[in-house]
Amino acid sequence: MNTVVLLTLTGLGLAALYFLVASGLSLVFGLADVLNFAHGLFLGVGAYATWWASGNLPGAGPDGFGFVLAVVFGVLAGSLVAVLVELVLIRPLYSRTIEQVLVTVGLSLAGVALLQATWGADPRPFPRPDWSRGVTSVLGAQVPNAGLLLIVAAAVVLGALLAFLRWTRYGLIIRAGVENREMVTALGIDVRKAFTLVFAIGGAAAALAGALGGVYFGTVSPGQGGSLLIFAFIVVVIGGMGSVVGSAYAAVAVGLLQQFVNYYGTSGLGDLCVVGLLAVVLLLRPQGLAGKVAHA
Amino acid sequence: MAEPVLSVADLSVRIAGLHILQGVSFDVAPTGVTVLLGRNGVGKTTTLRAIVGLTPRGGEVRGSVRMGARSLLARPTHRLVRDGLGYVPEDRCVFAGLTVAENLRLAERRGVAPAYDKVFALFPELERRGRQRAGSLSGGQQQMLAIGRVLLNDNRLLLVDEPTKGLAPKVVTEVAEVLERVAESVPVLLVEQNLAVVRRLATDAVVLSAGKVAWTGDAQELLLETALTKSLLGVGSGSGEVHA
Repeated sequence: MNTVVLLTLTGLGLAALYFLVASGLSLVFGLADVLNFAHGLFLGVGAYATWWASGNLPGAGPDGFGFVLAVVFGVLAGSLVAVLVELVLIRPLYSRTIEQVLVTVGLSLAGVALLQATWGADPRPFPRPDWSRGVTSVLGAQVPNAGLLLIVAAAVVLGALLAFLRWTRYGLIIRAGVENREMVTALGIDVRKAFTLVFAIGGAAAALAGALGGVYFGTVSPGQGGSLLIFAFIVVVIGGMGSVVGSAYAAVAVGLLQQFVNYYGTSGLGDLCVVGLLAVVLLLRPQGLAGKVAHA
Repeated sequence: MAEPVLSVADLSVRIAGLHILQGVSFDVAPTGVTVLLGRNGVGKTTTLRAIVGLTPRGGEVRGSVRMGARSLLARPTHRLVRDGLGYVPEDRCVFAGLTVAENLRLAERRGVAPAYDKVFALFPELERRGRQRAGSLSGGQQQMLAIGRVLLNDNRLLLVDEPTKGLAPKVVTEVAEVLERVAESVPVLLVEQNLAVVRRLATDAVVLSAGKVAWTGDAQELLLETALTKSLLGVGSGSGEVHA
């Protein structure tokens, strides 16, 4: 019983990480039709900016309010980079899919190389608040606090995203744009502003994943974003392009499947099962669990 | 003729290597309904989409489209719409996952009071069905929503693409009645296949054939000339719909 609870909660922690990366990726693809292979870079920027801020930013530090400040700095840095990428590189290439893929793949490679050149290829110890190193007893299982932090953060982000999509004007524009971008324009709305906004939101969520992933794994490395991005893409496809709720369901399914199969089977079998799940979903429901529509 | 609200001159559109419009020129009168007629595939929808800046990316548009002194072709679609070019597309294109109220709210503009009174006076059902998802409306109700969405703001010209397509005869009559009332206050450039609707609404007609203007003039005169309508549209003027 303890093992099942532990695996469930650590699986949900992993799912939270996937969701934070996948939610922005899904909205960007759903609204702007951009397959953004550079999304992992936003995660890397968030992680490294948080790591840097905790040691260098006045007021920031590895614990307490200082750590919150460092995370906020990391999230803002990730969001800023995402906005710059959209404005400078993606905007001139809308509706040119192949060029977009080439640019974003190139950017992700260049970004990793830049992080390596600046801070080295080896993993760096991530500044973690003391409480995040401990465990909490849940139904007899000793669950790492860092995993619980990820779950809470993802739940808050999910709630905030749904509230944003449901209750704000830009949320309405994004939901409509996911359905029919051209018609949004034909109602007199400059949909490019919404593109920039979803990049900013996606970049912020990915950067938060980078910061909290650093707490969870205890280290930060240049390639972290890329490896998480693969599973985030799988989550987006299973969940349905453009659907935040679909991404949440898919992230939970992928996280739990990985965790349980890797534990009860052999290590690495969970990853294979995730690919199997992707194949099954694509065969039975090609539009993903929640289709293309972003319901709030 | 009074100063036209819209002037199209030598408009050519090439999409994926196909020369769909080949030097189309016509004016839209400042009052009433100017109807764009022609057999299937002659470029009626392409004309409306070129005017409103929705030619697919990669498509090539040449010529001139002017609304008053302003040239439209270089301007982005959202600017044209804000300048008073209302567009009701073929197949309605309501946002199926949004409610009726959300579809309408989307058309609101900052600093401009939306004309809900006018829209709900024309379409009382939209007010009653505000919380219903637009995707669950009937075709006729979706058409009402598509037109109502555009009428929330003041327009200098409405472009309406096949508003009666696929609708039941009773609903076609309702849509025609609404467009008749709308046309009392704003000029309309209408693409329509249903000649009964054309007969009821149209003041002027532009007939396209193979990407070129084949005939322009008084719409009622055109409909009286059975031989002419048969040669241009493929049907006699007594028929209901145009078929290629």
